[in-house]
Amino acid sequence: MTTRHDTAAPPTEGGAAPGRPPGDAVAAQKERRRRERLSRRWQRDLRWSPYAFVSPFFLLFIAFGLFPLIYTGWASLHQVELTAPTDMNWVGMRNYTRLFDDDFFWNAAKNTLTIGIISTVPQLLMAMGIAHILNYKLRASTFFRVAMLAPYATSIAAASLVFVLLFGRDYGMINWALDFAGIDPLDWQNDKWPSQIAVSTIIVWRWTGYNALIYLAAMQAIPHDLYESAALDGANRWQQFIHVTLPSLRPTILFTVVVSTIGASQVFGEPLLFDANKGTSGGAEHQFQTLGLYLYEQGWVAQHLGRASAIAWTMFLILIVIGIVNYVLSRRLRASS
Amino acid sequence: MTTTLTPPDAKPPAERARRPRMPKSARAGGQLHGGPIAYAIMIVFTIVSLFPLVWTAIAASRDNQRLAQTPPPFWFGSGLFDKLEIAWKDANLGEAFLNTTIVAGVSAATIVVLSTIAGFAFAKLRFRGRGALMLIVIGTMMVPPQLSVIPLYMMVAKLDWTDQLQAVIFPSLVSAFGVFFMRQYLIQALPDEIIEAARVDGASSWRVVWHVVFPAARPAMAVLGMLTFVQTWNDFMWPFLVLTQMGNPTVQVAVAGLGRGYTPDQSLIMAGALLGTLPLLLVFAIFGKQIVGGIMQGAVKG
Repeated sequence: MTTRHDTAAPPTEGGAAPGRPPGDAVAAQKERRRRERLSRRWQRDLRWSPYAFVSPFFLLFIAFGLFPLIYTGWASLHQVELTAPTDMNWVGMRNYTRLFDDDFFWNAAKNTLTIGIISTVPQLLMAMGIAHILNYKLRASTFFRVAMLAPYATSIAAASLVFVLLFGRDYGMINWALDFAGIDPLDWQNDKWPSQIAVSTIIVWRWTGYNALIYLAAMQAIPHDLYESAALDGANRWQQFIHVTLPSLRPTILFTVVVSTIGASQVFGEPLLFDANKGTSGGAEHQFQTLGLYLYEQGWVAQHLGRASAIAWTMFLILIVIGIVNYVLSRRLRASS
Repeated sequence: MTTTLTPPDAKPPAERARRPRMPKSARAGGQLHGGPIAYAIMIVFTIVSLFPLVWTAIAASRDNQRLAQTPPPFWFGSGLFDKLEIAWKDANLGEAFLNTTIVAGVSAATIVVLSTIAGFAFAKLRFRGRGALMLIVIGTMMVPPQLSVIPLYMMVAKLDWTDQLQAVIFPSLVSAFGVFFMRQYLIQALPDEIIEAARVDGASSWRVVWHVVFPAARPAMAVLGMLTFVQTWNDFMWPFLVLTQMGNPTVQVAVAGLGRGYTPDQSLIMAGALLGTLPLLLVFAIFGKQIVGGIMQGAVKG
């Protein structure tokens, strides 16, 4: 698909500039004007069809995106129970104040942050390295690309269940391999850090290849002249990577950081399915309960939809703050270079 | 431009570099040949990527006693097909496959068509509010879906749709990414003259969409369709919330349900996980190249 697209694109740009002979163009334009003047229906069509084309998207978006977003905020100011979702009692900020007094909320927030960091940072760094290698001329590069996208095709459910077995304490393959290397077995499901690392591993496994492809695409768009002149200036490959590749990738890196941050803020299926007790608390001592899981526990197990809405909106506000920080940082970076 | 730097692959005719595929990549990236270290890293990474999938099949082919021993099994036993059959029946996977195919098919088809016409409007038509509306589309890509879960659940409960497929389908009919993706594609792939020519011939906007835009957008529509299908197929949270495991499960809900018994049968779970993943892996084996291209294309222009 890329093939056809990329080969088809240049004639578009090239072909538009020289244009047709001017006489033709004028005639065509006159003809067009005449027709336009002739038909009111035509005018109406031109004027309103763009709105007709975009309206299905916006109607659906308002129904399933915007309305729920606002309604969640509204519900977060009420006491609403799952058993009777239509009975709403106004409680003002009480859901929020109770939330902020709740140790499990802060625990979940902290876990979300640590799992987010130990899944996103290695994931993006590894993706960058792999993209760099794939950017060399390699035999069977298509095979490598497809193979590393295989985890992306695997569902959260399937991946989590497999990793539960691989991370098993007594007979899991990872502890077996550690034992081989002379390291004592870890309790991947019950100890805090090992369990968080295990949950993050599932995420890293699923998304590294995908991000590598995104970086690779951006690397291939860097004009080669930049490398040539850097090489002429005596830059070695590492220096070229630092001074040419990385700066050119900055928008793409920002994009992947934002997308991964959003993804990390709502981790849900992995900790849910990784729990040995099949519960919603993220391990017996909440050691890997994320905000997404906590929201589910409050809303669907404890049945407090109002409080769950407050969690959702808090997550949203945190994301907005992260977004603003990202934006400011990237502007700073751009200004300083 | 100086040409003193001769790329190492300039001497042999280098057929690979001259493939029409991604001409830019051939020039910019394809310059340096990867050495043995590059191959070693890629092979290690490929093994890490594929191993859990292969091991799912290995674990499914062994009985539970063997799985509860060290060292863990590294090669297939004889029980694979029996276990697959039991998992298929236990998790009601036949129905789950049908359900998931319907859900993923309907939402992929709808998203592709709606995204194409909206993307066309944003790419090629002038209208008041275009910039602002496009900003909204891009902005919505940032809104986490979890925010909508609670009201959507209330809506579904009110409509009495719990456990029914339309509860899963309806919220997944919109994709801001899809609109963005098609817009980026059509800006380049659809020459303005063709639209103008069709207009001169008296075609209405709808005819232009049908006879010009759809044919021109077909490659991107295919990629978007596959990406959406994969995403919907793998979606877990929303189906998990609205479909209890009794009625109309999707594949992901059914597979997750296998792991939730009191004494989970590990090898059965692995068989279910394998079955749930297999169809998509097949799709990837066949269309992998196109999907890779689609992801990269969406990324570059993003």
